[in-house]
Amino acid sequence: MPAVSKGDGMRGLAVFISDIRNCKSKEAEIKRINKELANIRSKFKGDKALDGYSKKKYVCKLLFIFLLGHDIDFGHMEAVNLLSSNKYTEKQIGYLFISVLVNSNSELIRLINNAIKNDLSSRNPTFMCLALHCIANVGSREMAEAFAGEIPRILVAGDTMDSVKQSAALCLLRLYKTSPDLVLMGEWTSRVVHLLNDQHMGVVTAAISLITCLSQKNPDEFKTCVSLAVSRLSRIVSSASTDLQDYTYYFVPAPWLSCKLLRLLQCYPPPEDGAVKGRLVECLETILNKAQEPPKSKKVQHSNAKNAILFEAISLIIHYDSEPNLLVRACNQLGQFLQHRETNLRYLALESMCTLASSEFSHEAVKTHIETVINALKTERDVSVRQRAADLLYAMCDRSNAKQIVAEMLSYLETADYSIREEMVLKVAILAEKYAVDYSWYVDTILNLIRIAGDYVSEEVWYRVIQIVINRDDVQGYAAKTVFEALQAPACHENMVKVGGYILGEFGNLIAGDPRSSPLVQFNLLHSKFHLCSVPTRALLLSAYIKFINLFPETKSTIQEVLRSDSQIRNSDVELQQRAVEYLKLSSIASTDVLATVLEEMPPFPERESSILAKLKKKKGPGAVSVNELEEGKREGGELNGGGERGDNSAISTPSPSADLLGLRTGPPVTAAAPSAGSLLVDVFSEADLEPPTESSDSLLAEGPGDSDATPGCPCMFVCLTHTHTLLSLALRFVCKNNGVLFENQLLQIGIKSEYRQNLGRMYLFYGNKTSVQFITFTTTLNVQSKPVEPLIEGGAQVQQVINIECLTDFSDAPLLNIKFRYGGALQNLTLKLPVTINKFFQPTEMASHDFFQRWKQLSLPQQEAQKIFKANHAMDTEVLKAKLLGLGMALLENVDPNPENFVCAGVIQTKAQQVGSLLRLEPNAQAQMYRLTVRSSKDTVSKRLCELLAEQF
Amino acid sequence: MIGGLFIYNHKGEVLISRVYRDDIGRNAVDAFRVNVIHARQQVRSPVTNIARTSFFHVKRSNIWLAAVTKQNVNAAMVFEFLYKMCDVMTAYFGKISEENIKNNFVLIYELLDEILDFGYPQNSETGALKTFITQQGIKSQHHTKEEQSQITSQVTGQIGWRREGIKYRRNELFLDVLESVNLLMSPQGQVLSAHVSGRVVMKSYLSGMPECKFGMNDKIVIDKQGKGGTTDDSGKSELGGSGKQSIAIDDCTFHQCVRLSKFDSERSISFIPPDGEYELMRYRTTKDIILPFRVIPLVREVGRTKLEVKVVIKSNFKPSLLAQKIEVRIPTPLNTSGVQVICMKGKAKYKASENAIVWKIKRMAGMKESQISAEIELLPTNDKKKWARPPISMNFEVPFAPSGLKVRYLKVFEPKLNYSDHDVIKWVRYIGRSGIYETRC
Repeated sequence: MPAVSKGDGMRGLAVFISDIRNCKSKEAEIKRINKELANIRSKFKGDKALDGYSKKKYVCKLLFIFLLGHDIDFGHMEAVNLLSSNKYTEKQIGYLFISVLVNSNSELIRLINNAIKNDLSSRNPTFMCLALHCIANVGSREMAEAFAGEIPRILVAGDTMDSVKQSAALCLLRLYKTSPDLVLMGEWTSRVVHLLNDQHMGVVTAAISLITCLSQKNPDEFKTCVSLAVSRLSRIVSSASTDLQDYTYYFVPAPWLSCKLLRLLQCYPPPEDGAVKGRLVECLETILNKAQEPPKSKKVQHSNAKNAILFEAISLIIHYDSEPNLLVRACNQLGQFLQHRETNLRYLALESMCTLASSEFSHEAVKTHIETVINALKTERDVSVRQRAADLLYAMCDRSNAKQIVAEMLSYLETADYSIREEMVLKVAILAEKYAVDYSWYVDTILNLIRIAGDYVSEEVWYRVIQIVINRDDVQGYAAKTVFEALQAPACHENMVKVGGYILGEFGNLIAGDPRSSPLVQFNLLHSKFHLCSVPTRALLLSAYIKFINLFPETKSTIQEVLRSDSQIRNSDVELQQRAVEYLKLSSIASTDVLATVLEEMPPFPERESSILAKLKKKKGPGAVSVNELEEGKREGGELNGGGERGDNSAISTPSPSADLLGLRTGPPVTAAAPSAGSLLVDVFSEADLEPPTESSDSLLAEGPGDSDATPGCPCMFVCLTHTHTLLSLALRFVCKNNGVLFENQLLQIGIKSEYRQNLGRMYLFYGNKTSVQFITFTTTLNVQSKPVEPLIEGGAQVQQVINIECLTDFSDAPLLNIKFRYGGALQNLTLKLPVTINKFFQPTEMASHDFFQRWKQLSLPQQEAQKIFKANHAMDTEVLKAKLLGLGMALLENVDPNPENFVCAGVIQTKAQQVGSLLRLEPNAQAQMYRLTVRSSKDTVSKRLCELLAEQF
Repeated sequence: MIGGLFIYNHKGEVLISRVYRDDIGRNAVDAFRVNVIHARQQVRSPVTNIARTSFFHVKRSNIWLAAVTKQNVNAAMVFEFLYKMCDVMTAYFGKISEENIKNNFVLIYELLDEILDFGYPQNSETGALKTFITQQGIKSQHHTKEEQSQITSQVTGQIGWRREGIKYRRNELFLDVLESVNLLMSPQGQVLSAHVSGRVVMKSYLSGMPECKFGMNDKIVIDKQGKGGTTDDSGKSELGGSGKQSIAIDDCTFHQCVRLSKFDSERSISFIPPDGEYELMRYRTTKDIILPFRVIPLVREVGRTKLEVKVVIKSNFKPSLLAQKIEVRIPTPLNTSGVQVICMKGKAKYKASENAIVWKIKRMAGMKESQISAEIELLPTNDKKKWARPPISMNFEVPFAPSGLKVRYLKVFEPKLNYSDHDVIKWVRYIGRSGIYETRC
């Protein structure tokens, strides 16, 4: 900076400021400011030329007044004039004023840009720096537009001074962050990378910030920076603390630069070049070694700088996850920090260890610290550190230490902070499930969990217990016994009552042999809790009672008495009252056979992603626990609970794991409409004669476990014809929807659920046996490849089959599915058309009106168009039409057709071979009850097929 | 009732803090400072509510007086008390300034103890207070024990504002009618709003316990008395130059010495006056106001950088009377860069700190006119905001009552002592001042 010359002190400004400071009241201050403003206005009047000094002084005063909170609406021109001065101080004040006061939409921006351009092209480094700082400070879009091309040139020019390069790099970074689209990559990018080799450490530091930001968007263009960064890093790391002079901070060589280099390396995978990699590993080792050395200074800055580098290095090691040696060393280093005096260090160590635990190399090493971590969980004062400790315990848990960790977490739960209790509960529940060796332990743990922290046990946790108990025969007896014992406690949590009610209702018979838990004792125990519970729990208990009637006929009179009491049958709550009435009637009217059928034991649940896990994910938000850890958990969970033969199903995440895991409110999955898209479509097709057999309107059927087949089966004559004709028309039903009932007769119901993405699709077929007799040798053959289905379908059960579909090219005939099975000795044979039509592979395309018509015109060859005029089969309802067209898979374009009655759609059919763009226009004529459908697409067969398909739909 | 009373200097430092009730905590002092004195935006409302606590403040030069309460008090009463408090302090030590308050803090605490008891205002009559609060050079006139015991009976008695046994060699009284006239006028000369608020201040030096009766040209009284009542004072009607006989008073308040029951029944103002100076009554009129001056503005914008202003003032009263201390304040735009003024009479100056041209005329007779013209240069700004054109305001003092009020008589009867109404020397003076006297331009 040039020396301040005489007269640059600006005495007038100093006097003015001291006047303002001495003002006794606000009014006095305003008076003084008004006076000064009038003075400046008279000076800026323009009839006499001002010299640079006074111009600077007045602009400075204006700036000061502005910063005091007064509006300034003049003086901008004078400030811009100052920019063209040759004196540093005048230019500086001018730039200062502009950075503070000029808003981006000012009309002066052109003048300012001009002045900046002049300064940038001058040879004077200080002027260039001032200009660059101004650009970075204002950072508006106009500036970015004007200078985004210029700054990279300055940055990489050979003759630019170091300080200017530094400013240019940071200025470019700022412009890139505000308007990334304007900073175009070019040949300068490669030269920017070479700035890493610059002699000047400041330039390197500034350049690295820029490169890190740029490389996140285009990693490939900056790939070469890895080797340069490594060599730079190794030079810094190996240098003695005195080598870098200015850049040594409390005996640590260039800590900021090192951290930035390490962070840059984290944007890339480990270097492939052996030499580079070796050098990097050497660096990392040196850093780890240095951490072991005794500190060179007692100052906190020294240790902070050193640890910053160390932690950055450890994150890099974790990021690479390929050097077992380094990972273990890092883990050991972190282990030392676990007991450090500094809370921040402990926190960081726990956090880093969490990520280390997920690496296969260091998992074992992390486990050695289990005692320390448990200790931290128990004794740590800071709640955030305790939270990290809990996270780490969760992360380091595996089969070998699960029992210990779960026990510790359970015992900690009793004293845990309220803020982390719910998360802890979820974690315990997941760990218990994931690493359960025997299920009695699992049941014990979860019941304990409910006992200790009942309030924090979410619905999902107890849903999951029941799911597991129902799916595992071996544990049911034990569960019933444990639950029975737990319920005997004088005060037990409502969640416990829920679990108890459900399990005893299902499996109470397994412990009924013991006189201490005879049916009546069980019932009385449950009923003693009844009045303390909320309405949903009471409803559940009522269902348990009716199940008791089925399990133990001897309790029938007692239970009927209870149901008949005024508090039940006249309950003010509609749900409870309805249940009481219905159950009472059911128990008195139905024969034991009917009861046994209706109140049968719940069938095993289909496997899905553990809802607890989903909940934990939601709670933690992205990135809190490493994702692969969760994935692993999911896989293992599926393997354990799913029953091996259906393992593949569980790996597929269901589209929306609804919280209602037990299906308490919806019917069985076959008939349940798909949760999201289905509801509208069900309405649309509700006129269909295939009414889903169980609708949730009937609370009895909806709630009771095991009543998936409770349809009042009408004893009609059994006709098994080949339904080919009707079936084909059935398949057409699915042109506009993806889920529903494909086929149903008195024996079998086939539900379908399908999802499509580009040219791939997956179809789930659910075969539901509607009878109480087994179907044997159940085979399905498809004229395309499919996974085999279970050969046996138990009475009332359903099996699932998955079909993966890939669209290779366009087609017109749907694949045929042949189903054969034996029912009571008679061979049944069914041939169905799978509802796979070409439109399933549509990708919707949004386009504006003129785009649409342009493309429409392009597809004007006669064979590209298919047109059909036909009579309406259904009522012409706009909303229904819209829903159908949307279900078709194309994008419904609004405001395209000049006639609002008409519908216009656009989409692209994705096949493996090619993409076929299609446009559609549907013109309804309400008077004539006719439609005209026109389809144009780039392939003639497609147009024709689409036209055929759609003509049937309306 | 008032829970506490604080006095701050301009910086917000507490000079006097007196808490009367427990519901006002220590933090109330800071709450007012932070939210009112140091507020980012200037607080214009005299009542501020902070955390369910109400602060009533008045400002005297740089000094803030704030009364605090948690209850729903009568705000008018609180302000009346605060003004009274200011009067009392002025009567004791002169101007209310930081210096004076610091020097007299013992006195002020003593006064506060006396005039406010558990938050309820007590006797705040300066004359009565001076008899027993004698700090700072005010000597008690009562030296003997006997005399001191009389103070109690006097202050708590029926006529608390006057003690017995006062004797003057010359019985004299001074009556001042002080009015301030407020006006808002449109550029075309249409009166948008106008009212006069006046006070009758009396200074009495009368012996004994005189009974006084005050009469003025109140419309109701004149109408009631009919023609017979107006004959004796018809000669006085030349004042102010208007021919009207009576004025309509919108509302009025009296000093506690006035017998309100008599005013209500007969509308006559009779009283036993306190000794010394006091305010006998306050009133307000809105009809038939004599506007002493008319301001005729003429503003012309010449392009973006120039403004021409011409203002004519006309005095509108009898030529024999002289108005004094005339000051016309013409606001200038915020981007004024230079001003040239030409005026025929008085002195005019552009005051940058107030963003106004101030034109001062020492004296001006009635039925005259004078004019000023100014050329204002403007600096072009990039702001599109238009200048709001604040009104031209005026200050003056005239020797008549703009409301038209006239004192008809003030009779003094002292049955016990041997002087009669004719022996009392009476002085009557009228002063009309400008309040907010504005003309839009």
